[in-house]
Amino acid sequence: MDKKIFIEPLFRNNPITVLVLGVCSALAVTVKLEPAIVMALSVTIVTGFSSFIVSLIRNTIPNRIRIIVQLVVVAMLVILVDQVLKAFAYDVSKQLSVFVGLIITNCIIMGRIEAFALGNKPLPSLVDGLSNGLGYGIILIAIAFVRELFGSGTIYGIPVIPAEWYIKNGGFYENNGLFILPPMALIITGVIIWIQRSYTKELIEK
Amino acid sequence: MDTNKNSYTVIYATVLVVFVAVVLALASYLLKDRQQRNVAIETKQMILKSVKLGMDAETAPDKATYIEEQYAKYITDTTVTAEAGNLNLFICTMDSGEKMYIVPVHGTGLWGPIWGYVALKGDFSTIYGTTYDHKSETPGLGAEINTPAFNLQFEGKQIFKDGKFVSVMVVKGGANPESTNEVDAISGGTITSKAVEAMLQSSISEYLAFFKAKLEEAAKATPAPADSAVSATADSTGTAVQTQLN
Repeated sequence: MDKKIFIEPLFRNNPITVLVLGVCSALAVTVKLEPAIVMALSVTIVTGFSSFIVSLIRNTIPNRIRIIVQLVVVAMLVILVDQVLKAFAYDVSKQLSVFVGLIITNCIIMGRIEAFALGNKPLPSLVDGLSNGLGYGIILIAIAFVRELFGSGTIYGIPVIPAEWYIKNGGFYENNGLFILPPMALIITGVIIWIQRSYTKELIEK
Repeated sequence: MDTNKNSYTVIYATVLVVFVAVVLALASYLLKDRQQRNVAIETKQMILKSVKLGMDAETAPDKATYIEEQYAKYITDTTVTAEAGNLNLFICTMDSGEKMYIVPVHGTGLWGPIWGYVALKGDFSTIYGTTYDHKSETPGLGAEINTPAFNLQFEGKQIFKDGKFVSVMVVKGGANPESTNEVDAISGGTITSKAVEAMLQSSISEYLAFFKAKLEEAAKATPAPADSAVSATADSTGTAVQTQLN
């Protein structure tokens, strides 16, 4: 199998910074690292398996209702996983419950099914789905790291800014409230795209 | 086969939808008992947590059994009669013999329901502890209401001020540290924070008639000699609950 299928979505063909898919959820869950990591893992698993299943039945899907069929498959998968977790790993399922809606409507999942799984064999589709999820996750975690550090002064919930630095304790430092709000996620995404394009010139449109 | 024919499309859609429905219904049917048990255990754990009990649940060898045992040991479910009808109340008898009154609260957050348990001390004003949870608040923002950091702020706050019910205010932009009924809101989660405030206000106010009745009883019992006062209060509390039971 072509190694490119796995490597490309991580950087050169990243779903967020290059394809600009899944930006909505990148804004929503990147306030803290923990939800960002949970979301990254869930999306990776769901894109992988939904691409795999749709690719398995790709030759039978009637063209006119293919989007609905894809949506049904994705929704079934997410609900099934959620139900099983609720029964056997309740704590994990509680973590994920707020993400279920976000996962089903994540553009990356539908985007990869439409663009890749419908025209490729199941195994490459699985790899493509997984690596797109990972590419999405890398960006999510990078944004969340910056936002949590400057917005809340913590990393993965652990305080890293010394307490005595804060103005309220007589210091000079204050958390930046803008980092907690969605616009900052968009600005950080922009900065990441900027950095990426200054290194990979062929991404720049003429 | 021609996958673009109308009949094929209709049959395909029907078969797919029926198949998915059967799979999901089967999953829901088979897993229901386990799920309901998990939910029940979680509710009990929340109630215990509001009075700072059952804290070893995560390290216990069998979490479910541990919670059940702790719950049976400390908590009594009762219903009390107030203006709004019969209300649920959980009474916790601590190891010290002190009684805590745990009021369940329900409200509406930004995206879905929020709920929690507020444990009040015997004076029906001092908050001993709280636990909140939510269905679908924004992760990292409104969802922070279930974190210890947010809940710890409520400890020791007074829901009465100069004899009047004031509940606890969740203040945006920093609560006055001197105030007995203000806590900090969550940055970026103002709507959920305000929803917690509204939830406390409306849910606790339903119990006011009950609190008043209990306090009056306690006041009547206090003129007794000092050393028997404690047991007298405890007794009257016990009987009061008995008579309120339905």
